Amino acid sequence: MERKTKVHAEDGKQELMITREFDLPVELLFKAYIEPELVEQWMGTKVVKLENRKHGSYQFETTDPMGNKHRFNGTIHEVDMNRKITRTFEMENTPFEVQLEFLEFEKLTVDTSKLTMHIVYRSVVLRDQMLKLPFVQGINMAHSRLQEVVYKLK
Amino acid sequence: MNLRRDVFQAIADPTRRAILLLVASHSMTAGVIASNFDTARPTVSKHLQILTECGLLEQEQQGREVLYHLNPKRMREIAEFIEPFRKMWEDRFNKLEAVMKKYKTKN
Repeated sequence: MERKTKVHAEDGKQELMITREFDLPVELLFKAYIEPELVEQWMGTKVVKLENRKHGSYQFETTDPMGNKHRFNGTIHEVDMNRKITRTFEMENTPFEVQLEFLEFEKLTVDTSKLTMHIVYRSVVLRDQMLKLPFVQGINMAHSRLQEVVYKLK
Repeated sequence: MNLRRDVFQAIADPTRRAILLLVASHSMTAGVIASNFDTARPTVSKHLQILTECGLLEQEQQGREVLYHLNPKRMREIAEFIEPFRKMWEDRFNKLEAVMKKYKTKN
């Protein structure tokens, strides 16, 4: 299977690039980012606030399987219809600092489009921590599951 | 490249990651590994086969028994950590695509 989503993270840089081609017209791809009900569906999150305008802001809230709530927020710097969104992103109550995101939407054909996310972090260390996060979470999950299994044996 | 992808598919599964953690401490037989899981024995065998095929586990013959141990070299190769991050975005974008396709047909 072809890998549709690509991550470019050069060594020693405090930024990364995520690209993805969609089987969707660019207008629909863009809509997925600005319509609260649609954002809620694909992000699996509750949209507390989403102001799609210059100097607007947004706040999302997710609930993990344990019932804990996690909030994310940011400020929207620019919304260029069907072309570009520039915004910041921050996970609340975590040691991770705010990051700057440039989302570019590109029409490929009438029915296909491409998204390029350029994310800039405060430092190389911070970027690398964010890159490792899903890996670490995966290992932790496997680990607690293993502990559960081992505990049952006793 | 193909082999690399197999490795990432292998570690994407929580049971397989649990198996890797289990054998990380010391080599063990398929029977001992299986006894640590509620999963049916053939399922565990299938996981072991996948992990062995992509080189994360190695088999060693010890008398009449076959022991599985971790291949640290292969584990280091995947320690670039990026794949789960990519996978997370891939899943998210797949969801976006599915949601919007549904939206398209409804409107």
